[in-house]
Amino acid sequence: MFSLKFDEMQEQVRDTAAKFAKEEIAPSVIDRDINSKFPKEILEKLGELGFLGMMTDPDYGGSGLDAISYVLAITEIAKVDAGVTIVLSVQNSLVNWIIETYGTEEQKQKYLIPLAEGKKLGAYCLSEPEAGSDARGLMTMAEDKGDYWLLNGMKNWISTGQNADVHIVFAQTNHELKHKGIAAFIVDADSEGFEPGPKEDKMGMRTSDTCSISLTNVKVPKENLISEVGQGFYIAMTGLNGGRIGIAAQSLGIAKGAYEASVQYAKERKTMGIPIIKHQMIQQKLAQMSMKIDAAEMLVLKAAWLRSNKEDHIKASSEAKLFASTTAVEVCREAVQIHGGYGYVREYHVERMLRDSKVTEIYEGTSEIQHIVIAREIERS
Amino acid sequence: MNILVCISRVPDTASRILIGSDSKTIDPAGIKYVVNPYDEFGLEEALRLRTKNGGEVTAVTVGTAASTDVMRTALAMGADKVVLIKSENEPTDSFYVAKNIAELAKEISPDLILCGRQSVDYDSFQMTSVLAELLDMPSVSIVSALTVDSDKLTAERDIEGGKETVEAPLPCIISAQKGLNEPRYPKLPDIMKAKRKAIEERDAIPSEERVTISEMSILSKQRVGTILSDSDEDIAELVRLLHEDAKVI
Repeated sequence: MFSLKFDEMQEQVRDTAAKFAKEEIAPSVIDRDINSKFPKEILEKLGELGFLGMMTDPDYGGSGLDAISYVLAITEIAKVDAGVTIVLSVQNSLVNWIIETYGTEEQKQKYLIPLAEGKKLGAYCLSEPEAGSDARGLMTMAEDKGDYWLLNGMKNWISTGQNADVHIVFAQTNHELKHKGIAAFIVDADSEGFEPGPKEDKMGMRTSDTCSISLTNVKVPKENLISEVGQGFYIAMTGLNGGRIGIAAQSLGIAKGAYEASVQYAKERKTMGIPIIKHQMIQQKLAQMSMKIDAAEMLVLKAAWLRSNKEDHIKASSEAKLFASTTAVEVCREAVQIHGGYGYVREYHVERMLRDSKVTEIYEGTSEIQHIVIAREIERS
Repeated sequence: MNILVCISRVPDTASRILIGSDSKTIDPAGIKYVVNPYDEFGLEEALRLRTKNGGEVTAVTVGTAASTDVMRTALAMGADKVVLIKSENEPTDSFYVAKNIAELAKEISPDLILCGRQSVDYDSFQMTSVLAELLDMPSVSIVSALTVDSDKLTAERDIEGGKETVEAPLPCIISAQKGLNEPRYPKLPDIMKAKRKAIEERDAIPSEERVTISEMSILSKQRVGTILSDSDEDIAELVRLLHEDAKVI
């Protein structure tokens, strides 16, 4: 039964993530935001502690956690720095999960183990300049050359694009087959012809490196095809069903971080001789923020619980992602408002959280796409 | 080398403490309990000494049945064995706690016993001394650097305005000060493994309470900071505060 009481293990994962975030991530958050610095050392430490293979089977170097522990960890870290959780979410719920679920034993030995142990970083390369929400329209081509696959094309908006060692690349093998021609490949970043472009200069999540990647005659060994030709689209979409839970947890974390900063500020800041938390306008804002965060948390936990119990979670994870990301943006906007002028300056963190939050409504399926996914599931049931 | 680490389960320092209706206990509702931060230094030191010298690290706590959470943390950090000595109520008397730990120590004969310099809940600072007396062992308090050889140890102590280096034979009791080491974070796979490890539970032996709490109260909250605006009145107020309260201008 779905429970609101976490067990000791889940609490310990949450507390460890919270402590690590406070002690190891928080001190450099503003610097990494200003200078778009990738959190390399932080990820090395997180990797050693098992955060880059949270749900992966311990036989493949993972920590073997359930999805509830996973969302608790992502939420705690996102409260402090959402940008770091992009790497965690992509690696855990997309890259590792896809190789673990669809990969061959050799692929797991060669790629999954170093990923889960945090020795390598992963990226998920689906979007293209002309294909984002419309993932069926991929233009990147994979040509069967007998001994190898030859990949040519352009990928866009690739998180960890410059720093990842292992990329899951989706490509078309035959345009006439449309989405039934798509295949998924594991591509090493050091492959010849695999060229990440310059880092995008983003509104938020600036510590995470996002870039385009051009593939020019990239030779991919035959054994790096994941599953079969034609399964690529299905692999991409089922990956995103789980990935959305990670982004939902990340959104929840951003909202909580902004909310907690606002409560503290509202208790300390005085106007008209009383702390502003005594003013009804501020009270109304805080009550709304708290209620929305609690509701988002329920949706996130429900989706994670369904996933942990191997039940259908397409609708639940889309609902969690849609609601939590909307909440994150709303809560951050109000957090800046509560902070007044201070909220508009970097030192108080909430302006960064507002900038960071916006992309949660865009990536891993825009809010508009989430509505479609949810509606499709309603129709299907 | 076998090491016994004493762990106290204390409210997280970020928790808001409320007094129970009996005015003698902390109301546990809504409080997050953690391993006493000073005990973490003790546990970390024990784990490092084990890596260097081999042996076994046993962690013990005297507390209510709810204390399994801190025992799991000790297991996840790397303790080989954990013993929960169960008392009916949250123990507050240092002698009672020390007496129970001493009984366990007599059984396992550790070469070294590590405590935190204080528990951040009741802050009695007594454990090291009472244990030393009960076990007839030397003890060194507030240690910020430690070297252990086969039959003796060298410890650096923080003293007012300086440092003091002392030697003592083993077995010995040490209380850990901040700076002794940087406690590790438990690794996620170890948290998972700790779930399946056994916590040895035994009932506390009854012992007289030498000190009992007659009343607890919370000091009225004092503001630590004041936020002023840039209005003329507030600027005048700031000057007054700096002059009259802080006496810096």
